[in-house]
Amino acid sequence: MNWTNIRRMITAGAKNFSRGGAVTVATVVIMTVTVGIIASLIFLSAILTSTLGAIKDKVDINVYFVTNASDADIQALIAKVQQLPEVDSVTYTDRDQALQDFKDRHSSDQLTLQALNELGDNPLDASIAVKAKDPSEYGAIADFLQSDPALSSDGTSIIDRVNYYQNQTVIDRLTGAIRTTEHAGIVIVILFALASILIAFATIRLAIYSSRDEIGVMRLVGASNSYIRGPFIVAGVMAGLLAAFIVLVLLFPITWYAGSALESWLAGFNLFTYYIHDFPIIFLILVGSGVLLGGLASIIAVRRYLKV
Amino acid sequence: MIYFDKVTKRYANDAPAVEGVTLSIAPKEFVSIVGHSGAGKTTLLKLLLAEEQPTEGSVFYESLDIHTLPPTQMHHYRRKIGTVFQDFKLIPNKTAYENIAFAMEANGRTDEEIASDVPYILELVDLTDKALHFPRQLSGGEQQRVAIGRAIINQPEVIVADEPTGNLDPINTYEIVEILKKINEIGTTVIITTHNKGVVDAIGKRVITMDKGRLVRDDASGRYVL
Repeated sequence: MNWTNIRRMITAGAKNFSRGGAVTVATVVIMTVTVGIIASLIFLSAILTSTLGAIKDKVDINVYFVTNASDADIQALIAKVQQLPEVDSVTYTDRDQALQDFKDRHSSDQLTLQALNELGDNPLDASIAVKAKDPSEYGAIADFLQSDPALSSDGTSIIDRVNYYQNQTVIDRLTGAIRTTEHAGIVIVILFALASILIAFATIRLAIYSSRDEIGVMRLVGASNSYIRGPFIVAGVMAGLLAAFIVLVLLFPITWYAGSALESWLAGFNLFTYYIHDFPIIFLILVGSGVLLGGLASIIAVRRYLKV
Repeated sequence: MIYFDKVTKRYANDAPAVEGVTLSIAPKEFVSIVGHSGAGKTTLLKLLLAEEQPTEGSVFYESLDIHTLPPTQMHHYRRKIGTVFQDFKLIPNKTAYENIAFAMEANGRTDEEIASDVPYILELVDLTDKALHFPRQLSGGEQQRVAIGRAIINQPEVIVADEPTGNLDPINTYEIVEILKKINEIGTTVIITTHNKGVVDAIGKRVITMDKGRLVRDDASGRYVL
């Protein structure tokens, strides 16, 4: 395989592509649909990740301490909790902050504020909000907090209550829903990717099927198998490339429109911003899959007719 | 040069298309193979081109048993033979020039050789002014002349022509026969199948007659007899 041959294959492939007429148009259209499906799968998984992330982010458990818990004991507990492998972050709210938050929340409710003033003392507990890396791990964290005897410095527990047990069913149900959605997302992505790849393969096979007589003639004229295969691969790759570029260009207006229309619905996730931000990687995936699909499908399709 | 050794070709469950054919062809011969449709003429050529495998027997090209060649080596053998078909078998999306040039490209010839040889061959088959036409823009006779140009461009040792005039009118037929005779005169072995009596008589060289897959006559300077 020398340079002259490679140059001739590329020229012949480009000529076949440009002279192919309806066959070329059909191939490019189907490849565009295929690459389009791959693109929408990228966006679908980004949407899933983002919205599920937003939902997960809203879930946490709060640990309320008894009012006379010492600051040192609380800090010791925070340090311990932060070391748990399941824990993502711990936010501490001390008693004064809790009081301030309470006042802010009820700033329009004079009755409640008056009642608070009557008490004179701060009745609110210090608390920590614990976020797990995965929602399914809250049970384990809550159990740890409940069972660890080292929590007590003077023999009594400094933990007043953990709100996981009040919210357990909601958290469990949400965890289940998130997991199911993630799994369903993966299955849908795989199914659609497979289906679109099969369609692209079938189309390219049809395009090459219409050239099967030519392949026979080329063999009889004494062309080697690789020399026959070359131009078909070039034409397939060109169809894939063109399809990828069509999709990349179309995605700008589509994501721009869909981005603003769906932003509030998708928990603040903007498709257009995502597209612009991740353009290099999306570009690589789409162009790569177009080239790979076109080339691979051509190789497999031509092989059938090279056995004469 | 070419030797068929007791060759039989049987397609699945049918009567043999070719049965027990033994024949040899010397270099620079002009051989016409005649017979009715279905007599096995085309199968004989397909066996020579290694498009079909013989059920029994073997086909030799010089000392080479061509059906033992691995597929990766087959194109080297096929480059020694130029082929012409009844239905021309041009590549539809290549121009006349490109169809002829393709045979040279496939043989790994340089761009300079192609640029000098193709116009010469186009002139030989009298198609210089139609070089940039696609096959669909050419008449049957013109297409067949392109096919002959393609077959001879690499100076093969043998030209195999399967019913080359089958789709042509008498005037085009005459032209094609004249071109083939000219090719034979410069030293190329020509093997042609036909059921056109006029063609055989115009050639006036060796005639092999086939009937029902068997070789029934072999005349050194024959006429069409059936």
